[in-house]
Amino acid sequence: MHSHAEAWERVVEGTHLINGVPMFTFILKRIGVAIPTLFILVLLSFFLMQMAPGSPFTGDFNMPPEILANLEAKYHLDKPLWQQFAYYLKDLLQGDLGPSFKYKDYTVNELVAQSFPVSITIGSLAFLVTVLMGVGLGTLAALRQNSWIDYTVMTFSMVGVVLPSFVIAPLMVLIFSISLKWLPAGGWNDGSWQNMVLPVAAMAILYVAAVARIMRSSMIETLNSNFIRTARAKGLPRRHIIFKHALKPALLPVVSYLGPAFVGIITGSVVIETVFGLPGIGQHFVNGALNRDYSLVLGLTIIIGSLTILFTAVVDILYGLIDPKIRVGS
Amino acid sequence: MKKPFKALKLAGIPALTLAASIMAVTNANAAIVPAGTQLAQAQELVRGNGAEPASIDPQKVEGVPGSSVTKDLFEGLVTQDADGNTIPGQAESWTVSEDNKVFTFKIRDTAQWSNGDPVTAGDFVFAFQRAVDPETASRYAWFMEIPTIVNASAIVKGKKPADSLGVKAIDDKTFQVTLEKPVPYFIKMLAHQTTFPVPQKIVEKFGDHWTRPGNMVSNGAYKLADWRVNEKIVLERNSNYWNDKETVINKVTYLPIVSTTSELNRYKADEVDMTNLIPVEHFKSLKKQIPNEVKVTPYLGTYYYTFNTKRKPFDDARVRKALSYAINRDAISKYVKGQGEKPAYTFTPETVSGFVPPTTDYSKMTQGERNAEAKRLLSEAGYGPDKPLKFDLLYNTDEAHKKVAIAIAQMWKPLGVKVTLVNQEWKTFLDSRNDGKFDVARAGWIGDYNEASTMLDLNTSTHGQNDSQFVNQMYDKLMSESRVVTSDEERSHLYTEAEKILADEMPVAPIYQYVTSRLVKPYVGGYPMSNVEDNVYTRDLFIKKH
Amino acid sequence: MASISLKTGTVNKMVKEESHKAVENFSDQLSNERLEIEGRSLWADARRRFLSNKAAVASMVVLVAVTLLIVFGPMVSQFTYDEIDWANMAAPPSMETGHFFGTDHLGRDLFVRTLEGGRISFMVGALGALVAVIIGTIYGSMAGFLGGRVDNLMMRALEILQSFPFMFLVILMITFFGRSILLIFIAIGAVSWLDMARIVRGQTLSLKSKEFIEAAVISGASSTQIVFRHLIPNLLGIVVVYASLLVPGMILFESFLSFLGLGVQEPMTSWGALVNEGATSMEVAIWQLAFPTSFLVVTLFCFNFIGDGLRDALDPKDR
Repeated sequence: MHSHAEAWERVVEGTHLINGVPMFTFILKRIGVAIPTLFILVLLSFFLMQMAPGSPFTGDFNMPPEILANLEAKYHLDKPLWQQFAYYLKDLLQGDLGPSFKYKDYTVNELVAQSFPVSITIGSLAFLVTVLMGVGLGTLAALRQNSWIDYTVMTFSMVGVVLPSFVIAPLMVLIFSISLKWLPAGGWNDGSWQNMVLPVAAMAILYVAAVARIMRSSMIETLNSNFIRTARAKGLPRRHIIFKHALKPALLPVVSYLGPAFVGIITGSVVIETVFGLPGIGQHFVNGALNRDYSLVLGLTIIIGSLTILFTAVVDILYGLIDPKIRVGS
Repeated sequence: MKKPFKALKLAGIPALTLAASIMAVTNANAAIVPAGTQLAQAQELVRGNGAEPASIDPQKVEGVPGSSVTKDLFEGLVTQDADGNTIPGQAESWTVSEDNKVFTFKIRDTAQWSNGDPVTAGDFVFAFQRAVDPETASRYAWFMEIPTIVNASAIVKGKKPADSLGVKAIDDKTFQVTLEKPVPYFIKMLAHQTTFPVPQKIVEKFGDHWTRPGNMVSNGAYKLADWRVNEKIVLERNSNYWNDKETVINKVTYLPIVSTTSELNRYKADEVDMTNLIPVEHFKSLKKQIPNEVKVTPYLGTYYYTFNTKRKPFDDARVRKALSYAINRDAISKYVKGQGEKPAYTFTPETVSGFVPPTTDYSKMTQGERNAEAKRLLSEAGYGPDKPLKFDLLYNTDEAHKKVAIAIAQMWKPLGVKVTLVNQEWKTFLDSRNDGKFDVARAGWIGDYNEASTMLDLNTSTHGQNDSQFVNQMYDKLMSESRVVTSDEERSHLYTEAEKILADEMPVAPIYQYVTSRLVKPYVGGYPMSNVEDNVYTRDLFIKKH
Repeated sequence: MASISLKTGTVNKMVKEESHKAVENFSDQLSNERLEIEGRSLWADARRRFLSNKAAVASMVVLVAVTLLIVFGPMVSQFTYDEIDWANMAAPPSMETGHFFGTDHLGRDLFVRTLEGGRISFMVGALGALVAVIIGTIYGSMAGFLGGRVDNLMMRALEILQSFPFMFLVILMITFFGRSILLIFIAIGAVSWLDMARIVRGQTLSLKSKEFIEAAVISGASSTQIVFRHLIPNLLGIVVVYASLLVPGMILFESFLSFLGLGVQEPMTSWGALVNEGATSMEVAIWQLAFPTSFLVVTLFCFNFIGDGLRDALDPKDR
């Protein structure tokens, strides 16, 4: 009665505007919602950041007040808050995220331009590995349910989920860089493949594990559902059933997990970047917040926030595309 | 590397006996390769730099990471040799007026920028003015106020235009600085990056972008080749440097590795030739495995705890003394630090040149005697088992500070003291400490120049970094007198007296004297073992065949 | 409901999807059975199913054992968690010295510290999850129940919160609350309730049309009464599943904060802090990593199995 596919129809019906609404209208609507959301995001982060104790210019020593005044004047910090916000918004609308408060020789735009490609490269590769391995392993485990393959895959994914990455990553360095001397222990080196192997692997392990688990349970459920039973009863070949009928509905939970996770993956992990000395977004974000580099953190908050909104919408669209109702429906 | 000096501005500074003279020219600013050393084919060096520099613009540098890089890129009027002695740099000689206030520097004819332009007196005038100009908003503007360069303070305050600064170019190669007071250590201060020249034409042409690879022009032994934030800064040999013929290393890469464990791993994987630090946990085993690569050198600084003397019960010197006495400094330096740090019983470290540490009362006692005395003092102050002393110990988030705090809290326990450890991340910590929102806080001070006043001035009542808010007229008087006396002996006596007041009143509890410890690959030659300011110029190093 | 993102760690991310399914199935069940009568047997059924899940039951046993050890273990040792043994700094495990798990770099007994750290980790996990569950349930059921414009507004607010990078909020909170790990976790719980709220809202929407709620409305009960008396008790199933998976997420997140040096205040400790310290010196003192990590891993394993067990137990499909 309660087949998996039917359950998913409910999810889709309940929350997905894309159903019954043309794609174009859907996208327009999304943009209409995204703009005020972004504005509130900018507003809140701006004022929250200012409320934190300490300032970008608190230093090791009490600066003579006149020097502090000069610094604050240079960055408009001597103006009332609302005026600072107005300055910021004006620049923001022109695509200017302002000068970095900490890295005096750079603007936030330049820092982002330098670090973003690094995070995206590592992140996309890790994402690719995650999807391929996670879906593959999960499906394999589901098909061989309760066999040794299943247990191996599931144990591996549990370990990936429960071991903190600051244990996994240095362990990898110890084994592959220091003992075996196969791969470099850190650095970016203009993105040479040797430098990417360990960080990508360390990052993917966390997500592969999660995806494999989700994929396994959703595949098992799909295989037990009525429409697959019907297909089997019709005598369709097993391979045909899995790839043509089961895979798509089984992928739905993976899609809705990976959509939001994608932003997390490409915007970098501060742990991986710290351990491997990679010049990515993650380090900038955490250190920026700790250094009270207002403009850098705000800039990154806006970028990450927009990406989150964007990918949430992308997931919704993808969902519509592999909607089980359309594919499998009566 | 950090400090304001309100105190110095107030102190009357005497005419110094620094005779007006021309210094002998010795070319020590170069690698000294022992005869018979086989040099490696590839003269390239990779240095761990601890963190990403906030800037590499000499007038905007804020901390040690930036300072190390600029000291390779630029050269001031003077520089230091491997032992930390001041030697001529861009100036081949200088003269000082009778009253010790006017300094005239003769810039080398061979001094050139990396693009081949000559280094002129105008570049120095430009740089000095730039440092104090409110427009630049240099964090180190105060550095120009310490030696009382004419009008420096007024310019920083925005009361006078930058071009009224007491510096001028007499001709292209003659640069003159006039001081308001004859500050004895002015020449020593000129090895600091804030006083380095910058190429006026380039800075004016590119504005804030002048420090980018491709734009930047420098006058030191190296020039900027590449800079990726949070990844690396690459410097290449500057063939236009006046003493380039004696430079050996062709390329140096600075890596901003924050995590000391990662740095160690990369050293072990042969990706780094010289680390910035050694993680405490690994020191002992490294010392056993690779003793030749562990380099420990004295560092001009003191690690201490500061008491908030404006808060009860720390307004009572007996409480402060009791807590200070109960710290087993030998145990801290030997077991908790264990990298060759020395216990500190005076605020000024022994390594400061010309400073003879006085024997303070408590330095002579055994720890048992000190503990007994501590108990006595505390009960005298009215604290004991029935009325335990309770307070917070504040430190900033860091493995090393954490360890010291934990150990000291344990040492205080037998006194019947209840300590709560409070760790705050850096910016919040600074806010709390600067605003006096603490009971006892961790602090450390690294001298800016090699003289006792760089440390002792800190406890004068008007000093910006007097976090304990210690006020003692006698102490203030001693410190200002120390600038009036002419003989080194007399001054040293005054410093001793000042240290005695500190030992009596204990506004701060000195804990240990800093050292610098690094891992240096055996094939790196010329590593300086006695530069207490930890200036490791790449131009002094060389790579042996390996 | 697809656009859910909980950024507190991988466990949670995964949990979300799985708990979704539980919710769906659970709601299927609720909507298809007569609740008042079947409610009790539903729980009895669930208990029976849970008890027949070997992994979950074994995990339960292990977890109880770990809890007992954490509570009573420190009494066995001659050391306290903050005592420095100057003679045995960074010493390997030894029965003779009484340091069963060895000592850390300051000569503190790791056996006691590991157990002490467990107390904090458990507390942090439970507290964070509790706060998230309470806020999430109330917010979600309110939005779902009140519906219309209020619901719309509340969901918009949720979306805005969701687009905030999680780390940003966490670091801000640490700078505000600085000194107390418990406060921090209450705060983190307070920003991790977003998914909970969404799930509960969806569930509420489907419950709302049920007869018993309508009856309550007709008999003149106030909104608050209906939410607290009728809705929330019926949401308990999903809430339990979700909470059992939030706890390990919180424990893992604490370890991440320790990595950044923003975790618990010394001399107190947590598994995260111990594992992080151990990871910096694994080549020279492996015991400092091995013991706390084993405890952390085993506990998280158990929580995951129990969560799986609960989900299956509350999932009617397996009948």
